Amino acid sequence: MDLSFNAEERAFQDEVRGFIAKNLTEEMKRATALTPSVFSDPDIGMAWQRALHRQGWGAPGWPVEHGGPDWTPAQRWIFETECARAGVPSVNVMGVKMVGPVIIGFGSPEQKNFYLPRILSGEDYWCQGYSEPGSGSDLSSLKTRAVRDGDDYIINGTKIWTTHAHHANRMFALVRTSDGKRQQDGISFILIDMKTPGITTRPILTIGGDHEVNQVFFDDVRVPVANRVGDEGKGWTYGKYLLEFERGSGIASAKLREGLKAIADLAESDLTGRAIDSPDIATRISEVEVDIDALEMTELRVLSALQTGQNPGAVSSILKLRNSEIRQAVTRLGADVIGHDALAVEPMRPLYKLNHEPATPEEMLTVMPEYLNGRAYTIFGGTSEIQRDIIAKMMLGI
Amino acid sequence: MDLNLSDEQKLLRESAERFVAQSYDADHRRKMANDPLGFSPAVWKQFAELGWLALPLPEEFGGLGGGAVEIGILMETFGRGLVSEPYVATVVLGAALIARCGTAEQKQASLPKVADGSLKLAFAHSERAARFDLAKVTTSANKTAQGWRLAGSKTAVLDGHAADQIIVSAHIHDHRGPSGRIGLFLVQATTPGLVISDYPRLGGGRACNIELFDVHLPEDALLGDGQDALPAIECTIDRAMAALGAEAVGIMQTLLETTLEYTKIRKQFGRPLSANQVIRHRLADMAMQVDEARSMALRAALKADSPPVERARAASGAKAKIGKCARFVGEQSIQLHGGMGVTEELEVGAYFKRLVAFDTLFGGSAHHYARHAELGRRA
Repeated sequence: MDLSFNAEERAFQDEVRGFIAKNLTEEMKRATALTPSVFSDPDIGMAWQRALHRQGWGAPGWPVEHGGPDWTPAQRWIFETECARAGVPSVNVMGVKMVGPVIIGFGSPEQKNFYLPRILSGEDYWCQGYSEPGSGSDLSSLKTRAVRDGDDYIINGTKIWTTHAHHANRMFALVRTSDGKRQQDGISFILIDMKTPGITTRPILTIGGDHEVNQVFFDDVRVPVANRVGDEGKGWTYGKYLLEFERGSGIASAKLREGLKAIADLAESDLTGRAIDSPDIATRISEVEVDIDALEMTELRVLSALQTGQNPGAVSSILKLRNSEIRQAVTRLGADVIGHDALAVEPMRPLYKLNHEPATPEEMLTVMPEYLNGRAYTIFGGTSEIQRDIIAKMMLGI
Repeated sequence: MDLNLSDEQKLLRESAERFVAQSYDADHRRKMANDPLGFSPAVWKQFAELGWLALPLPEEFGGLGGGAVEIGILMETFGRGLVSEPYVATVVLGAALIARCGTAEQKQASLPKVADGSLKLAFAHSERAARFDLAKVTTSANKTAQGWRLAGSKTAVLDGHAADQIIVSAHIHDHRGPSGRIGLFLVQATTPGLVISDYPRLGGGRACNIELFDVHLPEDALLGDGQDALPAIECTIDRAMAALGAEAVGIMQTLLETTLEYTKIRKQFGRPLSANQVIRHRLADMAMQVDEARSMALRAALKADSPPVERARAASGAKAKIGKCARFVGEQSIQLHGGMGVTEELEVGAYFKRLVAFDTLFGGSAHHYARHAELGRRA
């Protein structure tokens, strides 16, 4: 048993650091630090995706034949950790980490040849059409319907919480193609061009003041049957496969640590009147740091199990749950550390392109929006309550 | 980076699990709870035969040279069976202090005997006024013509009643008064002036208060050359906290399994308790906290040989976090067992009490979060 990296892994770490130093511009770094929503805007995120792609690192989790870098779990850990440390932008997760693995797993050769290179290069920007106004946690009750008409489906219905639908040129969606015995039956997994006539997008502002999510309406939208992934009616299986990827990307602690460090730096600064001198704040910082230590060790234990080909199982739900709870603890701490500056609302976006002097120092600009928007962490990707159901069922057998 | 058990570590775990499954059951635990010694000398002999007493000792003194991870594997299994033998007092605290501070002669005189089971040790350090501050020692050691004279009192000495020798910490005084150095003194349990009052310890085993009324010791009772022993004490207690953390994980795992089983069998309103979502979620939270505790105990063990501040932060972080998890898992285990959980008729209470003892020993969660924060500022 060993926590330290071997010589090969250390060499890889240097390679990653060198790559980041060469490709991460000051502009990207500042924009990332001043983004209080979950994802970077595409102008920043896709510039980073292109840099990764040039290096052959565009899709760390993919198999080699589709352009993955063939990293060991330890290498993926190092990569994610170094990226978090340096503060790199987030890429189009819905493409690289969500629809990509589904197309690789269940798509036709034509779909693989067409879509995968466009995800790697950043040419396509994907959004996820899962939730509906009436189907949140009970996702399989979804009602958006696709009716066969010759070589097309005609889609009617609506999707909600669609992250970056206003930026995306493509959507992967779960739609109902028939009514089965169980509500999970009759769902199909469809790839939709967002420029198709009949699609409209309505922005939804979150309580932190950000436009990240949307509602998307489908009004007689024609999509070729060839855009269906896998078998008709089997979409639930593919969708669940994807959700496991979404929850179990498994390397979140490094990002949490950087988030906490930013708050601890504020607490040690005169900007907050040295909030850390309050024993309560100092202890709470330690509590959160220790929680991150525990999550990091669990992530490393899972990685070690993966290296030897063991299946980590329902632990992805534990990782999702703890990551979201700790992230909220970090943002809650931040809101307390900045004191009266929590009262200032900055409505303009993006925060890295303000054309006026903000009311609070730049270091604090994201703290309140992150706290407020961050309430969503325990809701999206399966609420904490759903994760507890999964843990009880899969780990405890009840 | 690899956190999988090696083949040797797997063997150690298997043999420990087998031993606990065969030798430790509810009857045995009940007997030990009412035993004036608090543990079984026959079991101690088996520990020696299995090589567990030699496990972490240096090879040149009859040991096996094992590390904190191996101790953790053993301790987690001890937790599952609620083992009450004085392993922490003798091996994790006592022998470790001798190995860390003693001269070659002192190590040769003690460690092989610890390994073969013929010498039991205890560590008398805590004092009432010091609370959890390891640096605060008022027990005094004055140089005399023949050696040393110790005076003072100690509390919460784990298994001191069973020890052949007790390692007593004392503030060394020279002709100018207190020197600012803590010394460790090896005291035979039979030394005149040493008064040991033992009591049953919360959660099993025994502990004692010790009074030292002008205890006269030979010159070579002082471990090592008289350098300040505080860094060695801190290191030893940090490592002991990692070991006890692993034991707490084993206890929690047993409580989780027992409680899970109970909620499946116990029927109310015509259905098992586990059919209720509120119960399932509680158990999910318990499982999650056991897992977090397991991660922290392993982390503290893996960082036991790191530089002092890193080691100490890992140990305090683990102690604080595992303590918090232990209280939650223990209290919820009782809650989900209903009224029966509060009785001595089930073993849930015994496991719970050992967890409470863990949380308290060497300082509770609040103390260790504060220490973690303080060390972070110094780092």
